Amino acid sequence: MQQPIDGVLEAPYVMEYTYRRSLGPVMSAFFTALRDGRLLGARTASGKLVVPPLEWDPETGAAIAGLEPAAEEGVVTAATWVAAPEPRHLLQEPFAYALIQLDGASTAMLHAVACASLEACPVGTRVKLVWSESRTGSLRDIRCFEPVN
Amino acid sequence: MSEATKAVVKDVTTMASPVSLKFRARAGKDLSRFLRGMKERRIVGRVCPSCNYVYVPPRGACPTCGCPMGDERVLPETGTITTFCIVNIPFEGQKLKPPYVCASVLLDGADVALFHLVGGCDVNEVRMGMRVRAEWVDEADAELSLETIRYFVPTGEPDRPLAQIREHI
Ligand SMILES: [Zn+2]
Repeated sequence: MQQPIDGVLEAPYVMEYTYRRSLGPVMSAFFTALRDGRLLGARTASGKLVVPPLEWDPETGAAIAGLEPAAEEGVVTAATWVAAPEPRHLLQEPFAYALIQLDGASTAMLHAVACASLEACPVGTRVKLVWSESRTGSLRDIRCFEPVN
Repeated sequence: MSEATKAVVKDVTTMASPVSLKFRARAGKDLSRFLRGMKERRIVGRVCPSCNYVYVPPRGACPTCGCPMGDERVLPETGTITTFCIVNIPFEGQKLKPPYVCASVLLDGADVALFHLVGGCDVNEVRMGMRVRAEWVDEADAELSLETIRYFVPTGEPDRPLAQIREHI
């Protein structure tokens, strides 16, 4: 509790719901594979590969046909710069948040790209996945992506 | 990962997904005075000059009359339980082990009840009309917080008849 000059007390106030959710068969397989160092996508009936996977085909609502390994390299389709990362961010030095379409995937996934500036990560930049050293079954098991020269 | 290791490592079936909102709360002038009172182990209220209601914690304006509040008043540490509930369910961040009692305590001379904990007796002994007094933490542990009152404990005095507290429930 702080005591500012105007005499009115101030304090941090955190409202938090400490949920833990069950993942279901598709997301459970996805996160288990991440922990084991493998990235999976969902193959839909029309042949598209959705990465990260969804439980249902986004176009038809039908159940997905199955999960398949996805490529660990892809292309940046959009990016924005995080100049002052917060403790909750994936990287503690400034980085780019980017939509990354992996080779063979029909959708893009949001993740961090470690690079020096936004100019170093224009649309079309080829990037590759960097695994975290310790993996627990979360999206943080992917440490970040880095540009491929 | 080898096949042998894989056999004993379980699948990931759940994920932590907390929802968190971080605020900086400003207590306002009156609640600040109340909290400073807590640090000195005093309970500070305020009187409405129009309806003479005594509010604790104090407010800037009377919610009934709409007028600015009048004088501060230090209230005694004794009061009467108006309503209460027994908490039997554990939850994260809980400070006491269930079962315990949360109660509205109408301090003597106040017109609104203060919400706090009841301790020092079996939960099944707590009742409407029961007389209680504040049990303070040690002077050195007093904080700018309602937790400077550890909880309210029974005084052993005869209960107050419901007719006397009915208006304040
Ligand atoms: Zn009033």
